[in-house]
Amino acid sequence: MNAETPRTRVIIVPASKPALPPHIKLRHDPGRGRWHVLAPERVFEPDPIAIEILKRCDGVNSVEEIASELAKDYNAPLQEILADTISMLQELSDKGVIKA
Amino acid sequence: MNEVAPMEQFSEKPLVEACARAPVGLLAELTHRCPLQCPYCSNPLELDRVNTELTTEQWQDVMRQAADLGILQIHLSGGEPTVRKDLEDIVEVAAKAGLYTNLITAGVTLTRDRLKRLKELGLDHVQLSIQDVDEANAEKISAYKNGLEKKREVGKWVREFDMPLTINAPIHRHNIENLPNIINFAVEMGAGRIEVANIQYYAWALKNRASLMPTRAQVLKSAEIVEEAKERLKGIMVFDFVVPDYYAKTPKPCMGGWGRGVMNVTPQGRVLPCHASESVPGLEFDNVKDRRLADIWLNGQAFQKYRGTSWMKEPCRGCPRAEIDFGGCRCQAMAFTGDPANTDPACKLSPHHLAFVAAAEAESGVANPPPFIYRRMSPAKAPAAE
Repeated sequence: MNAETPRTRVIIVPASKPALPPHIKLRHDPGRGRWHVLAPERVFEPDPIAIEILKRCDGVNSVEEIASELAKDYNAPLQEILADTISMLQELSDKGVIKA
Repeated sequence: MNEVAPMEQFSEKPLVEACARAPVGLLAELTHRCPLQCPYCSNPLELDRVNTELTTEQWQDVMRQAADLGILQIHLSGGEPTVRKDLEDIVEVAAKAGLYTNLITAGVTLTRDRLKRLKELGLDHVQLSIQDVDEANAEKISAYKNGLEKKREVGKWVREFDMPLTINAPIHRHNIENLPNIINFAVEMGAGRIEVANIQYYAWALKNRASLMPTRAQVLKSAEIVEEAKERLKGIMVFDFVVPDYYAKTPKPCMGGWGRGVMNVTPQGRVLPCHASESVPGLEFDNVKDRRLADIWLNGQAFQKYRGTSWMKEPCRGCPRAEIDFGGCRCQAMAFTGDPANTDPACKLSPHHLAFVAAAEAESGVANPPPFIYRRMSPAKAPAAE
């Protein structure tokens, strides 16, 4: 998408540090009372878990760190949360919503 | 994560609730002026003249109203939006109002300085159209010289300024065989997204249908090419594949349903449920100069007329797909059957379907299609001042 865009598919691993590129906007829509991800000619509606993950995608936190935080917050098994987080972020990466 | 496509169901709910459920997108046709003359242009046959276009202040007000209404994305289109010298002023207001701004451009009149400025003012995304990757053919289609070279340059600037790029490739019989090269071009340009957009036959494209219609075999082959490329380019480039509905069995959910997710403002300020809807008789179009956008969206006659499902006749009425495809496209029903409330002839349940398919097969089967009727302002109506 820009000069640095990897022209190979990014594979999300526990050490990946996902971030939203500048042109992807996670926004709360007060009128509709929900969150949206605004992307080129697309609007996505993240579910509550996706919102929690996307809020933590700052390019600093690793996928593993995000998952362990969520595992704590939701009192859920880490391995399960990690697997779900990776699969969600992989899908978002393939849609161009996050970079890592 | 679900895509809002383009708007979740609201049409049968009370208007109070709908107030908070505005359209997702607004297509702002800033002007009908364009240096290109593509024979499939989606603009109406009667083009708005420069001296009738909304002013800068009026467009800025449209942007503010759109944001207030709850619209999320603004598609700045035309004609060619960059021929308006005040594009920057409009983008600035739109971005400040919190709208996601998308520039839909042919690129040939854009300069590096202007793009840089637009980016600084908050432009979020650039959609660049190409006619073909074969220079001579691109010239023939657009009636514009050296356009492809200019587009390459624009693509480089978009990447230089770290902006996301979509390549929009309208597909028809004169470039469908080049599809693999068109996809490669988009990858080389660094595009994160490509629209492989088979021509939809309205307005100029309908006038030129006999020159543009690909064969069924070509369309099937192009679908295979896209499927293969999609898989190969997963995580690199996102595909949007718009199928030509003449060879379909079910109609497309045109505009995601009438008055449901999108609204369109013409250069003169008329507010339409879709860019082709002026071809449908019996509709009254409000103008942003006379009425607030929110009021038009909720109460405008043109929006109410085919909103939801209550206007439907057989076979749409009671059809399990009634709220999936909304009976397809009103403009296509009008153009082909003479009644906009008929089911879209692209639907196999339409009594007109066989004639519809036969028209495409007959036209695409002709070895030497008729020459293009290029998109131009009609000289007969040109005011002396121009």
